[in-house]
Amino acid sequence: MKKILVACGAGVVTSTAAMNKLQEELTARGVDETKYKLGQSSVAEVQSLADQYDMAITTTQYDNDEIKIPVINGLPLLTNIGAEKVIDEVIANLD
Amino acid sequence: MDLIDKRSVFANLEVDSSDQVIDVLSKSLFDQNRVISSFGDAVKAREIEYPTGIPSGDITVAIPHTDVKYVKQASLAFATLKKPVAFRNMGDKSQTLDVQIVVMLAMVEPHSQVTVLQSLMSLFQEQDYLKELLTLDKQEDLYEHISKYFKSFDV
Repeated sequence: MKKILVACGAGVVTSTAAMNKLQEELTARGVDETKYKLGQSSVAEVQSLADQYDMAITTTQYDNDEIKIPVINGLPLLTNIGAEKVIDEVIANLD
Repeated sequence: MDLIDKRSVFANLEVDSSDQVIDVLSKSLFDQNRVISSFGDAVKAREIEYPTGIPSGDITVAIPHTDVKYVKQASLAFATLKKPVAFRNMGDKSQTLDVQIVVMLAMVEPHSQVTVLQSLMSLFQEQDYLKELLTLDKQEDLYEHISKYFKSFDV
């Protein structure tokens, strides 16, 4: 099982919206909910939490070379523009 | 208490900057005792570090907000702008977006407002509907429209 961290500026608003969209889309693609586990944080916490996760999805811009796990730009999960590609990327990282 | 009050709905608001629209919206929430007095400043400060402009299509929106500790009562404030103001792009701080609709979010805890957030995000994708909202000059008409969207989410 892979662990996915969903982060935004405050760790409250947009990560919640993105997390729900992500779950919905993964289910729509036939990805079983037992295949992954979701966590939520602010982007400030991503660095300290990264070693507990397999990938991170951020709705805000996030550049940090220290992070060793894949970091995916999740803004399309809010706008729906390009959301398909984000889901493709997540699924590729689930395998 | 409803999530959105008519007094926090502004049609065709005339402002010159993102800070000004944040001031107007946060004051309306403060006047209704929904947020504490430092809420507006906290929103502006956060906007610098974590901008909230969303590239939603032809009509771009912004969702200024801040930490839950400044909020007393879960609320929304909504403004359509007479002329766009610049908000920076949430996904790319170096870009600015000409924002025409601003929805200020005052949330008390992350998970209780999921349905609100989802309906907001779907609203932002209904670009034709947003265009229609921009044509409304009267506060009452705008309130009527958006309360249909949000009124069912009593908290």
